[in-house]
Formats: sequence, C-alpha cells, structure tokens
Amino acid sequence: MATPAAVRVLEQRLVVYRRTWRGSVISSFLNPVLFLAAMGVGLGTYVDGGTSGVSAASAAGATGSLPDGIGYIAFLAPGLLASTAMQTAAGESTFPIMGGIVWVRSFHGMLATPIRPADVVLGVLGWIGLRLALVSAVFFAVMVLFGAVATPGALLAVPAAILTGLAFAAPIAAFSATQRDTNGFNALFRFGIIPLFLFSGTFFPIAQLPTLLQPVAVVTPLWHGVDLCRSLALGTADPLVAALHVGYLAAMAGAGLLLAEKTFRRRLVK
Amino acid sequence: MSGAPTPQDRPGPAESLIRARGLTKRFGGLTAVDGIDFDVAPGESFGFLGPNGAGKTSTMRMIACVSPVTAGELRILGLDPATHGPAIRARLGVVPQQDTLDMELTVAENLAIYGRYFDLPRALIRERTRELLDFVQLTDRARDQVEPLSGGMKRRLTIARSLVNEPELLLLDEPTTGLDPQARHLLWDRLYRLKQKGVTLVLTTHYMDEAEQLCDRLVVMDKARIVAGGSPRELIERYSTREVLEMRFPAGVQETLDGQLDGLGQRVERLPDRVLVYADDGEAAAAQAHERGLAPEMVLVRRSSLEDVFLRLTGRSLVD
Repeated sequence: MATPAAVRVLEQRLVVYRRTWRGSVISSFLNPVLFLAAMGVGLGTYVDGGTSGVSAASAAGATGSLPDGIGYIAFLAPGLLASTAMQTAAGESTFPIMGGIVWVRSFHGMLATPIRPADVVLGVLGWIGLRLALVSAVFFAVMVLFGAVATPGALLAVPAAILTGLAFAAPIAAFSATQRDTNGFNALFRFGIIPLFLFSGTFFPIAQLPTLLQPVAVVTPLWHGVDLCRSLALGTADPLVAALHVGYLAAMAGAGLLLAEKTFRRRLVK
Repeated sequence: MSGAPTPQDRPGPAESLIRARGLTKRFGGLTAVDGIDFDVAPGESFGFLGPNGAGKTSTMRMIACVSPVTAGELRILGLDPATHGPAIRARLGVVPQQDTLDMELTVAENLAIYGRYFDLPRALIRERTRELLDFVQLTDRARDQVEPLSGGMKRRLTIARSLVNEPELLLLDEPTTGLDPQARHLLWDRLYRLKQKGVTLVLTTHYMDEAEQLCDRLVVMDKARIVAGGSPRELIERYSTREVLEMRFPAGVQETLDGQLDGLGQRVERLPDRVLVYADDGEAAAAQAHERGLAPEMVLVRRSSLEDVFLRLTGRSLVD
C-alpha cells in the first residue's frame, strides 16, 4: 500500500514538531487564556456596564453596536478564535517555508526523491491544517472554560477557524516561496496581519468603523472568518451568509494552493 | 588496462545508464551547459572534472531530474526525466554539493525521514539504518543531533542517506570539497567499496587526485563544454607526456629566460611560479637544461597528472 507523497512530506513536519510540541501546546493554551481573561473578562465587564451574559443586552444596546443580548466575552471569543487561526497560519506559512528552501533546505532533499513540488505544497499545507486543528480545538476548550459558548452547535466554529487559517496559509506559503530573506515577512505582518487582526471585527463590530472603511473590511478575508466563527458560535448563522463566507475562504485557500504549486516549482526546480 | 581504447570499451546506447546528446542548459541568457554528449555504463565510475562554473553542477542537476533540460536529449535508466522524473528519482541516490540534512534532528531520524520519502516501510528503514550507519562508521552517533557533527561525518551521513533506497546510480556533486585530507580518504574508501558492490557512481570534482582515485572514465569540462574524455591514463597519454620536469627559478630570473627554454622536452609551459617541461624522460630533460647553464633553485621530475591534461586543454589550473 503506497502512502501518498504529500502524507510522507507531512510525516517529516511531524518528526520535526516532536522536538518542540510541548512549548507549542502550552502557548496554544496560554494565548487564549490570557486574551480572554484580559479582553473578555477585564475589558468585557467594562463594556457590558458591569453586567454579564444575557443581561448585557441593555448595555450592548446602549452602545448601539454589539448584537443584542450578547455579553462582550461571547462576542469576542469566536472572533479571537478566527484571528488566532490567521496568526497561526501566517507564522507556519512564512518562516518554516523559508527554512525548507533556504536554511534547512529540507525541500531540496525531498525533491531528490520521488516527491514532487506539488506534494511538498500539499504536505506542508496539510501539516498547517493539523496545527490549526490543534490550536483551534484548544482555543475552543478555553472558550468553554470561560463560559463563552452557549450551544453545542458552537463546535462548528472549530472547522470554520481551520478553514480561515488555510485561506491565509495557502497564499502566504505561495508568497513565502518567492522570498530571498525575511524582510517581506516583516512587512506582511506589519501591514497585513496586524491591521487585519485589529480592524476585521475581532474586537468590535465593523459597523463601528468609518463608513468609507466598512466595505474594505468586508473584502478582507479575516472578516469572513470572524463573522462565520461568531455566527456559528452564537447560533445566529444565516445559512446563505455562512455559505458565502465558506465559499470566499475556500476560494482563497484553493487559489493559494494553485499559486503555491507554481511558486514552489519555480523556486525548487530550475 | 592498457593501450588505446577500443570501440568495445565504449558503452553503446542500449546499455547506457545515462545517455546525453547535445544536452543543453540555459538560464536566461547564460548557457551553463552547451550541447554535451556522454554515456555512462552500468557499474562504471564516471567523473566530471572541471573548475568552478564549468557546468558540472548544472549537468548533475539535470541528471538528478531537478532541473529541466533546455535542449538536447537525456535518458537516465532508459527513461526521459521530463516525463518520468519521480520514477527515475526513486532509483537514484543523490549527494548534493550543499548538505540538506535536518540539523535539529538526530542521525537516525534523518535517515528515517529520508527513507519515508521513498515510501519504504519503517521496519525496512530501521534495518537499513543499522547497516548504513555501520558502513559509514556512524553507528555510535545514531541518537546524536546532526548539528555538532564534523564536516566529514555530515558528508558520510549524507552518503548513508543517499543509499537508503539502494540506488542503481549514485550522483555525487563535489563529495569531498571542504573536507580535511583524512576525512577525504575515509570517504574515498567508502565510495570505492560501493563501486566494488556494483553501484554506478557519477561524480563531479575539481580535485584531480579525486578524479584519479575514483573515476574509471571522466570528461573534462570547461566553459559549459566537454573538452576531452577518457580514462585518466588515456587522457594523460593523449594530452601529456609520461613525465614532467618542474623547475623553480630565483625571483626575477624566469622573466629573463626567453629563448633559453626552447626545444627542451616536447613542450614547455611557463606558470607564474615555475616552468614545466613535458618530456617522456624527465631526467634527460633536466640534464639538457643543466648543459644549457640553467640554474633553477628547485628541480623535480614527476609523472604527468590530470592537472597537466587540464592545463594543456584550457591553459589554466583546476583550482585557482
């Protein structure tokens, strides 16, 4: 029984990960704990006007922005879940790709064997998908601990977060394969990832943005991930809107995958 | 093995492991390999000798099926790399010029991962890991991280790794560059044993002693072309004399020798630091020089080497 080549690439990532998994799992746990404690509980109590949970309705209504009947932590947590998926994806699809091509050169080693560039791309993105699953699942467990989850259906926010991450990982991996040094990564984080994290509806509804910027936010992929995760977590998802979000994110991931196959091949086979 | 090569010595197309005709590689406007022809027969040890930038590595990368052929024909194990890359690579072993080992992992983990790229079962990889680490004398380092190993050990690990799929053809791109003499000799010994086992070796080098040690047959590359080919002995017979007289003169004297060297031996080559006289009888040439009143401060008679062949063919030394 032949193992698909992409899976053999994924095995390599797994062996490398075995060296660092403890620290990685701990930070996957601590990150949401810290954010939900500070922003959700600390800031949330302030936002909710000293109330919490369902009774925050009046306070939220008073600001005219939070959806009715939702405490800030319940609003924030699924948005943070999507944002965390994006950040994990960005981290995993930049420096490790540079490592495979330039530093460790492990991708060159793979191509000396029957592995093809497309297998490298699929294996690496498959591995990032697994990492996203781990990070999102741990995040979701922390949400449950903080009482930020109301319905069992909220669990659907986990696959939604994984999809959000892949919508970023595939095009970013394609970009990373074209880079000679890490300057491009610094720019990507400074001008891409951090602004998206701050202004795509994670911390406040995009209705709060200046009118001119609202359509911009709607186009950014993170907003689709945030809105999808949030509506699934709160049980307010409209099937048509959710399908549009999924379609948008899947298209990003698919286009990124095709592009990555090209950029990896151009870089590794010449 | 003596005398002129006979047609039977040349591998015919049918039995070639590698066959190249008009093989060309261009990168934009730069021609790295310019229409070269060669054949490699099963079981032989074949070398590309030449200075840096001659096109050796580009040729090796095309043979390794990681660099598309620009023009000409290339067949490896009878297959076309353009259409059967993965199938060919499954039967190759590759020792690249630059190591691609995972420094953070252990010696054994590097072999395990590499074996999995070939889809070998884990039990088989474990068995081969034992044999291969024994073969390259790294058994006691199996559980150690790769990073702190010496350059020679890393090279040996790369060779062990390239053998995990029991390749029919082993490609080595400058296998001993940067290694100290002791590490080089150990590596040569291992490669010689592989050759005895019937593994076909194709290697590039800019060390003539390496080529003389390891290659049954070699081609000399210069400026993207093959300028000569044959066994080391044939090349020396064809392009050099049996012996070479080397004379080193006191500083400033060599420039004053115009005319006085003419007719010594069969040919005279003036290098910046010494004069080489090519002659079948070096001692006779030395006596002749003495009779002419030449007074070198150092005189050495030696056998011709591939370095002399290269000098004759290109007018340059191999390693600058």
